[in-house]
Order: sequence, then C-alpha cells, then structure tokens
Amino acid sequence: MKTLIFKTASNYLLPLLLLFAVFILLRGHYLPGGGFVGGLIASIAFVIHSFANGLETTRKIIKFHPGFLMPVGLTIALVAGAAPWLFGMPFMTGLWMDEPIPVIGLVGSALFFDTGVFLVVIGVTLTIIFTISEGL
Amino acid sequence: MEILLVILIGLLYAAGIYMILRRSLVKLIIGLILLGNGANMLIFLLGKIVKGKPPIIEATGKALEGLYADPIPQALILTAIVISFGLQAFAIILVKRAYKVIKTDDLDEMNATDEDL
Amino acid sequence: MLLAVLSGFFVALGLPLIIKVFKGPNTLWVSLFPLSLFIYFISKLPAIKDGETLSSSWAWVPSLGIGLDFYLDGLSLLFTLLITGIGTLVFVYTSSYLKGHIYLDRFYAYLSLFMASMLGLVLADNIITLFIFWELTSISSFFLIGFNNDNEASRKSALTALSITGLGGFFLLTGMVTLGYVAQEYQISALATLSEEIQANALYPLILVMVFVAAFTKSAQFPFHFWLPGAMKAPTPVSTYLHSATMVKAGIYLLARFTPILGNHEWWNGPLIIVGSITMVYAAIHAIFRLDLKAILAYSTISALGILVFLIGLGTDEALLAAGVFILVHALYKATLFLVTGIIDHETGTRDVSKLSGLNKVMLPVGIAAILAAISNAGIPASFGFIGKDLIYEATLHLGNMGYVLTGLAVITNVCLLFAGFLAGIKPFIGPLPPAFSKLHLPPATMWVPPLILASLGMVFGLFPMVVDTALIKPIVSSMTLGTPTFELKIWHGFNIVLLLSLLTIGSGIALYFILKPSEVLFAKATRFEKLSPESAVNQFAKGFVSFSSKWTNFFQNGYLRYYLITILSFLSLLLGYRLFYGVEIYVDTSTLSDITLYEAVIVLIMAAAIFFTVFSKSRLTAVASMGVVGYCFCLIFLFYSAPDLAMTQFSIDTLTVILFVLVLYNLPKYLTLSDTRDRIRDGLLSLIFGALISILTLEVMNETVTKDITSYYAENAYILGKGKNVVNVILVDFRGFDTMVEITVLAIAALGVFSLLKLRLKSIEKE
Repeated sequence: MKTLIFKTASNYLLPLLLLFAVFILLRGHYLPGGGFVGGLIASIAFVIHSFANGLETTRKIIKFHPGFLMPVGLTIALVAGAAPWLFGMPFMTGLWMDEPIPVIGLVGSALFFDTGVFLVVIGVTLTIIFTISEGL
Repeated sequence: MEILLVILIGLLYAAGIYMILRRSLVKLIIGLILLGNGANMLIFLLGKIVKGKPPIIEATGKALEGLYADPIPQALILTAIVISFGLQAFAIILVKRAYKVIKTDDLDEMNATDEDL
Repeated sequence: MLLAVLSGFFVALGLPLIIKVFKGPNTLWVSLFPLSLFIYFISKLPAIKDGETLSSSWAWVPSLGIGLDFYLDGLSLLFTLLITGIGTLVFVYTSSYLKGHIYLDRFYAYLSLFMASMLGLVLADNIITLFIFWELTSISSFFLIGFNNDNEASRKSALTALSITGLGGFFLLTGMVTLGYVAQEYQISALATLSEEIQANALYPLILVMVFVAAFTKSAQFPFHFWLPGAMKAPTPVSTYLHSATMVKAGIYLLARFTPILGNHEWWNGPLIIVGSITMVYAAIHAIFRLDLKAILAYSTISALGILVFLIGLGTDEALLAAGVFILVHALYKATLFLVTGIIDHETGTRDVSKLSGLNKVMLPVGIAAILAAISNAGIPASFGFIGKDLIYEATLHLGNMGYVLTGLAVITNVCLLFAGFLAGIKPFIGPLPPAFSKLHLPPATMWVPPLILASLGMVFGLFPMVVDTALIKPIVSSMTLGTPTFELKIWHGFNIVLLLSLLTIGSGIALYFILKPSEVLFAKATRFEKLSPESAVNQFAKGFVSFSSKWTNFFQNGYLRYYLITILSFLSLLLGYRLFYGVEIYVDTSTLSDITLYEAVIVLIMAAAIFFTVFSKSRLTAVASMGVVGYCFCLIFLFYSAPDLAMTQFSIDTLTVILFVLVLYNLPKYLTLSDTRDRIRDGLLSLIFGALISILTLEVMNETVTKDITSYYAENAYILGKGKNVVNVILVDFRGFDTMVEITVLAIAALGVFSLLKLRLKSIEKE
C-alpha cells in the first residue's frame, strides 16, 4: 500500500484529521460528535499514516507509547468527576464557567471528562492496532 | 420500514447464531459481531425510529420539543458499539494467539486442558 | 464503645503494613492493642458492678432498623474481659510461638479481625448487627484455622468449620428476622420486655429451632461437634483463643443472651437439657481415649460446652449462676492447658501423650501452670473449679427426681473430664524424663508467663471468691434473669451431699487415671466407632453430592461450545415459541409505521445480501468485507433515522474492525468448512427458528406503549442542567457520566489484555 500518492496524501491527512478529531470533540456537547467519535477519528488518522509510512515512522511522530494515553485519560476523567468534591458537591456534578471562551464555547467539567474519554479511546485503539501490527 | 428492519433483525440473529455454531473460531467472532449488530438494531427500533429529528436542541431552544428521536437508545447503542470493539479486538487476538499455540482454529480440537498440549 | 469495637478492624487493616515497616524480630508490642482494650473494659467494671449498663449507638441502615448499637452489661462484660484479656496473653504468646514466621503480620491481622468481630458480637444490641458480627467471627476463624494454607488437612478443616458455622449463621439470620418480625423490635435490650408476646406467637417454635441450630453449630454441640477437633489443625494460639475461650462460647453467649427473651419455656429448656447432656457425656467419653493432647483438649472442650448448654437449659437461678461461674472457670484452665500444649508441641515436637513424661525437670514453670490448671479442672477444693463444680451439682440436685439422673450424668462427665485434664496437664510433666527430651530448655518468658497467669488466676479466684463475686458473677446472673441475685460464692458450704459428690468425682477420676493408661490399642478401639459418628455421615453425604455433581456436570459440560449453545437456544426457542403461539396475538398497526423509500429498501436489500455473503462465503476476506458492508449500511440507517452520533461512531468502529481482521487474519489457517452437511442443516434450522422468533418478539414489543418519562426528563433538562445541546452526548458525559467512566476503564483493560497477550507470546517465543 506504500504508493507515493498515498504516502504524500497521508502526511497532509494526519494533521487535518487530527484537527478534525479535536473539532468533533469540542463541538460534541452541542452538535453530533464527542469524545468517543473524536478519539476514533484521531486513531484512524494515525492508522492511515502508519499504513502509508510504516509503523516506525508513526511511532516516531507520536514519540511515546500510545498506551500511556489510557492512564492519562482515565485520570483526567476521574479528576473532572471528582472536582465537584472541592466545592462540597457530589461526585460528577457538572461545573460550568460563567462566561464562554471564544472559539471553544462554554467550558465545564463535562468537557474535561469528554477529553479524558477522547484520550482513552485513542490510547486503546492505537495500543491494540500497533500491538497487532508489531506481532506480524 | 419498521417491518423491513424487523426482518433484518431476524436475519442478523439467525446469521449470527449460525456462525457461532460453526467450529471455526474466526466464524465464531464474525457471528458475535453480527449478533451485536442485531441487538443494536433491536434497541434502536424499540426506541421508535423517527426521521430527520436528531436529539439535538436547536440553537435558540432550551429543550427538545415536538417530535424527536429518543436519545436514550442512542446513548446505549453508542456505548455498546465502542465496548464491542474492545471485545472484538480481544477476541480476535485470542484467536490469533490460540492459533499460534495449538496450530488450529477448530473449536473441537480445543477442548483439551493445557496439560495435554 | 463503638470505637473500641471497630478499632480492631482498623488495626487488622493497618497491622500488616505497620509490621512490614517496623521489620523487627520482636512483635511483642502488638499486644499493646488488646491490652489497651482490656484496660478500657476493666475500667467499666465498677459501673457494671453497681448495676448500671452502658450503651452507645450509631445509625447504620436506619430504614431497616439496623444500627451499630452496643450495650454493655454483666454478661457482655464477662465476655469482653475474656476476649481482650486472653487475647492479650495470646498476642504475647504468639510473638514467640510464631517468631519469624513469614506471615506473622497476616496472623496478627486475622487475630485482630477476629477479636473485633467477637467484641462486636458480645456487645451488639441489635439482632441484625449480632448476626453480622456472628458471621464475621465465622469468616475470620476460617482464615485462622486455615492459616497453614499449604497443608491440605488444614484447609479441609477450615472449610468444614466454615460450612458448619456458616450453616448456623443462615439459621441465625432466619431466626433473627423472624424474631424481629414477630416482635416488631430489633433491640435486644428492649426485646426482653416483650418475652411473653413472643412466646405466645405461633412462630415461637420456629425462632427456637433457628436459634438452637445456630448456637449448637457454633458451640460444637452434638451432632455438629465434629468441626472442633478438626479445627485443631490451627496453630495453637488460635486453638487457645477461638476454641477454648471465645468463639465456641459465642453459641453459649447467644443462648444466655436470649434466656430472658426466649427462655423459661418448656420448649426452650427441654431441647437444651437433652442436647447439652448428650454432648457432655459423649464428648467426655471420647476425650479419655485420645492420644493427641490437642484432641483430648478439643473433646473435653466440647464436653464443657455441653455442660454449659445443659445448665442454661435448666434455667433456674442456680443453674445460670453455675453457668456464669463455669464459663470463667473453663476459660481460665482450658486456655492454660492449650497454651501449655503449644509449648510442649513447640519444644518436643510431639503431642502424643503416651510419649510425654517428666517435662517438669526441664520446664518447671510450664509444669506448674499445667498442674494448677489440671487441679482447677478437677475441681479439687481451694481451686476456682471446685466452686464451679459445686454449683453445677447444686443446680442439678435441686430438680427433684429427674435431678438425680442429671446429677449422675454430670458426675460421669466430670470424672471423664478430670481424667482428661490430668492426662493433658499432669501426665506430661511427672515421671521419668525420656532421654530424648533431656536437652530441652525453658522457652522464652513470653510463652510460659501467659499460661502461668491464667492458671494462677484460677487459684486466686478459688481461694478468694469474693474478688469476682459481686464484681463479675452477680451482674452476669442478673442480666440473664433480670432480677437481683441473692447468693454468695463461698469456698466452704459445710458437709453436705454436694461436697460428697465432689469428693466422689475426684476420687473416681484419680482412680481412673491410675487404671487407664493411654495407649494405641484403646485409641484404635475407640476410633472403630467413628463410622457411626455424625462426622462420617456428613462426609458420606458430601462425597455422594460430589459424585452426583460430577456426573451431572459431565453430562452437561461436554466441552463443545456449540452443544451448550444448542441446548440454551433450543430451550429458549421452545419457551418463547410456546408463549407466542398460545396466548399472544400478533398484529401490526400499519398506520404508525414510517414509509419505505426506495433508497432505504435498496440498503436493506444490500444488507441482506451482505449477510448472506458473510455466512456462506468460502473466502475469509469476502466474509470480512461483507461484514464491513453490513456495518456501513447500518451507518446509513442510523443516519436516516436521526442518529448522527451513532452513524459516525459506527463508521469509525467498522473501519477499525475490518482493519483489525485484515491485520490478524492474514496468517490464520485456511477458511474451511469443518462441519458436515447434517450439522449445518440442523444449525441452520435452529438459527432460522430463533431469528424468526426474535422478529416476532420485536413486532410484539413494538406494539407495547413505552413510557418515556426518562426520555422527556433528559430532553427537558439536558440544556438546563447539563448545559449541552446534543442530548446523546450530555447523557454520556453528564447524566450517566459514571457509566462512561467505567466503560472507558473496561476499554483500557481490554487494550491491556491485547497488549499482554501478544507481548507474552513474543517473550515465550524468545525463550525457545
């Protein structure tokens, strides 16, 4: 599958798809999208890249083992869930900023939670696919 | 349309069950995936299908109004799809590893305990 | 008080950690914990002595009437002092007995856990709380008995003990729930005032049976007694603590505690007298034929417990007084004897009484403790045991004609017990010292001081009974009879028939000791009767059950996945089919259905074709690709019917699944059709039937009106509460965020599983 066109295209596709994934994640609360889909799209971006350029190249771009994204994502989600404790509210109460931030919109604990989901999904998918590709 | 979907669900279940009754492990996993799809469709259908009204609140609105698709089955199915991906990945790897170790994917040759290997 | 009870649980949690941190050879300091509890409880002594009771409570499950209510009166005080006092000595003893054992930390944790459970049990004022602590003692004793978990016999006896006492626990729960239902009251201290109503209720016999079974299993009464000798596989400190002083007395405590509530009724007294007397005689006779020191002590303990049940069964003030005194007497001398046995075992390596003699010459203080305990056990005048025995005879004699029979039984029992006590306490220490033991020396003081303290207490209480009379014994009796007792403990009652009986007992016991020498022959003769014992009946039953289960399992668990599935599916199809054909009318309301547009029809057709290819394709790649097509068509359906989120997710997942399959299936075996035509037709038929049933069922369910309360709640509040407009996403990350949290955890676990499966494989190949 390592044709020149595919290879060249994938180099441009990766940042574009990643950007799209983040976009999907951020808008998830208002329009279709969210952490799950965003994470999956980001994973697909990396998978396409690895098909075109070989696993090693993709690994170099990511720099660390994607498996580390799992604990990081879980921690973010947990912290987002536990944050309300600081304000004396029960676990997983939604916390929201009063004013929306430009571009991103209203920021709340739910967004952080979704980011956690996003990271875990990327971690899980890439760990699985990379491990399998290595085993071949 | 519902009738067609009902028939489709029956078809998916039948195909899924037929596949998991095969002796090949690969077919077993394909069967599981088909069954999962059937179950998702079943949940989707039971939430009453609605055309062109996604459960998204309009830009000016404060709540869903009028006719809208039921968000609960959708949330359930979304979860189910993602989880089943994890399950499938795990199952596929198990097949692969089982094949590496015992050189077969025939279920009938797998019912020995590990001492016999 | 709450803290005093619960502290044990915290200590049990923290202890292994603390001991690991302070890695020292000496763990004596751990004993400070039970000691402080002992001091705490003994400080309550003056208040209890003045007739006060203390209570504390903390609501736990108020909706079910369950609270951590604790109540301290004379009866519970005696037990708390025994638990913490003997507990302290056992902790001290253990620090030498199990010195350097790798799991010593764990052992202390189990001991603390047990001590806390036991304290909770005797202090509980709520019958459900009582049950919970009761079960906790069973569980923690399971760990203690099975402490040597690399020994099969030890594991087996732990399991036996757990099953018997656990069975009793079920009975206790039933009994307590029934009692609570009958009385509409869960407070033990309040139940006593309702005793007449409870005894008039039709459910009273049921409650009695339940309480009896619970008490008999825990306190090793006939025919449930056999777990106790088995439990002697535990390390000696455990035998001392659980099987002489505390846990086995829990059943006695239960009976004593419920005497004012359920007692004073012929249905209460009769069974207790009968079971108690059978147990005391049966076990006492068993005890004299044993050779293993621990077995002797185990059977004599069972016999002593029988005496206690018997005394509670008599139910007169005198009998209850005797029971109160005897609990203390027995705990003191039996714990001593157990500790001494532990020392003997530890030093000489044997517990065979026929091989032991003359140890006095090498370990005098131990011998003194043992002999004092044997004296107290024998009821020789001036010991505390003498007072106990006197009271027992007095209680039985005052019963009229039936009393003579019971007194006779009591005398027989006591003669055998005296013999057993001499065997365990005196025989190993007197006579010539075998040369094999001449190099032995005295164990560390932490081992011989605890038994010496206990044995001396037995003598001190005997010589000066007024020490314990008003302080301990009277409050016990008053909490059992709810009246003010009018007696006094005395050493000397003058010359009367009771004294005569005591002397007779002592005389014939000593005579028996000189006549009957422990030997293998006698032991073999005695064991011949084992076949008739309840233990072998239970074992036979267990064996039969196991073989039945294995036959049953072999029939159903044949190891072929598809046969399991066929069984399950056929059964389900039959059940569903029957229900659908008889009694359910199927109709479809066409007016509510949405129209079929051309492209939808085409998509469904494509899906049907793809499913067909997936199933019947001869090539694996075609099958996987067709499966992908099924998934993409799903996407489109989701898209048509207002589920954009689902469509996106399904699309991504489907892509990834196909990639996965292609990656993995690359080097799998040929995609063969393995089964023959007949099998395929059978499976095909079954699948079609099941698929059709599912379709019919779906149609049926679609006609049901679904309540949409939850949906409309989400629809209305998604923006107001969740500040989001995509309701599906709000449900996932906000309303049901906890589920999502768990879901991503599961995903992470799956990924770790994949990772480790493949990495493990790589490593094992590297090894080759």
